[in-house]
Amino acid sequence: MDNQHMINVEGLTFVYKGHDSDLLALDHIELTIKEGEHVVIIGHNGSGKSTLAKQLNALLLPTEGKVLIKGMDTKIEDNTWKIRQTAGMVFQNPDNQIVATIVEEDVAFGPENLGIEPLEIRKRVDESLLAVDMAEFAQKAPHLLSGGQKQRIAIAGVIAMKPDCIIFDEPTAMLDPSGRREVIKTMQKLNHEEGITIVHITHFMEEAVEAGRVVVMEDAKKVMEGTPREIFSRVSELKQLGLDVPQMTELAQELRNEGIDIPQDLLTVEEMVNNLCRLKSNN
Amino acid sequence: MNHIYNPGSPFQTNALENINLEIETGEFIGLIGHTGSGKSTLVQHLNGLLKPTSGRIWVAGEEITSPGTKMKQIRKKVGLVFQYPEHQLFEETVYKDISFGPMNLGLTDTEVAYRVKEAMELVKLSYDDLKDRSPFDLSGGQRRRVAIAGVLAMKPEILILDEPTASLDPRGRDEILEQIKIFHQEFGLTIILVSHSMEDIGRLVNRIIVMDGGKIALTGKPGEVFARSSELEKMGLGVPQITTLMKKLNEKGYQLPEDLFTVQDARKAIMSWLRGNNHA
Repeated sequence: MDNQHMINVEGLTFVYKGHDSDLLALDHIELTIKEGEHVVIIGHNGSGKSTLAKQLNALLLPTEGKVLIKGMDTKIEDNTWKIRQTAGMVFQNPDNQIVATIVEEDVAFGPENLGIEPLEIRKRVDESLLAVDMAEFAQKAPHLLSGGQKQRIAIAGVIAMKPDCIIFDEPTAMLDPSGRREVIKTMQKLNHEEGITIVHITHFMEEAVEAGRVVVMEDAKKVMEGTPREIFSRVSELKQLGLDVPQMTELAQELRNEGIDIPQDLLTVEEMVNNLCRLKSNN
Repeated sequence: MNHIYNPGSPFQTNALENINLEIETGEFIGLIGHTGSGKSTLVQHLNGLLKPTSGRIWVAGEEITSPGTKMKQIRKKVGLVFQYPEHQLFEETVYKDISFGPMNLGLTDTEVAYRVKEAMELVKLSYDDLKDRSPFDLSGGQRRRVAIAGVLAMKPEILILDEPTASLDPRGRDEILEQIKIFHQEFGLTIILVSHSMEDIGRLVNRIIVMDGGKIALTGKPGEVFARSSELEKMGLGVPQITTLMKKLNEKGYQLPEDLFTVQDARKAIMSWLRGNNHA
């Protein structure tokens, strides 16, 4: 087993058993995520993204195929605790993830359950709150915080368990634009500074632009995989899937259709400005 | 109009301060603002759920803040779809849930059945397939549409939607917005749409109202409001990427219109700008 691999998903198939009918939620998924990667998974509701996320920390187990987290098979029950400690999860609704009435107690909840020494817990809580820029709120009541702040507390609670990887399942879906920016910034910081592997499920394409790799799910299958540039330059395919394309990429395509020489894999406003200024001065 | 929460206590907060606002029949208003800016507090005043601490409100010519106003009549006129309205579904079947409001209006069974069917058609849910299903067996997007149908079945003249697309995927979002557009264009409803998405607001509404710190900070056509991007950014709000692009090009010394926000408009403006030089 190559220990550079954080996550190995091999031939993963998952079927939800219903009363009268079964639902194929994941269909032969192959996916490898290396340590320190930042991978975004996009796709619309019902495409299988959240089911996949739950497979990554043994909340769900494969019907067929297997999932290995740092080489640990999720199907082996003895691995479950170690897997959940290795791969933490952050969910959509911040209110459903907060259990305590004081911020620092909430962050301490995870390490306490791991049976960690009180002194070490204190240290971890302080470090975790610093990592999400929420140290000054340690003594506050969570219900008085904004959505973005609450979500950062939930993230601190996960970091306090010292995971190697965090799986974010639509962490910004219920937040306003500034809350979304706070959470994304925190995520990037954890990836760049702490080297935590990030798997991020989202509907917001502009969040996917920042990732190292993008995986697109549709109808229980993995249908595209590549760098954000590779994925977003496939404008018409994405639109057919009912997904958004960053406005700049769409504009680039429109301009190309008019015969303008502009790269089709352009993603940001800065790149568009630079390209347009170059074209204008060459005129 | 003013609204003060917990007046006289240490928690006193001026949620709304000196609001003066007029909305015409048939307008499509986009209401934007940072969380805590007072948007939701404002819309809850418009159907009388909250009473102003001071000031007066008229709906369709009737003063709803005067004592003795029949609030039932006002709530019939002003439909309010809350955030995550699907959390308020409670009945065993879709039919029962949507019919709850009209039943309480004392309508006949036939009229109620007609209204449920019509409301479901409006939100593109199949009456025959879904009326007897439990709302809890439906997808998130469908549940949200059931909740909206429940408000439409009251036949409001004014429809207020508080972030109706939150947490939906792009397809679910586009479906709901497309339907809201139809409520406005084909049924002539006056719409107030509360949203964080500048792109969505920009392509749908006639007029934007920006709230900040309990006050109305800006109001105008989408292009006019977006052109004031630095003010919006100070309020913690973004502008559509297209608007930012135009602004950044102008910072380089060019002169492009800054009141654009759609990809199509930007394409046209950029093409004529690029070609303009060729002829010069």
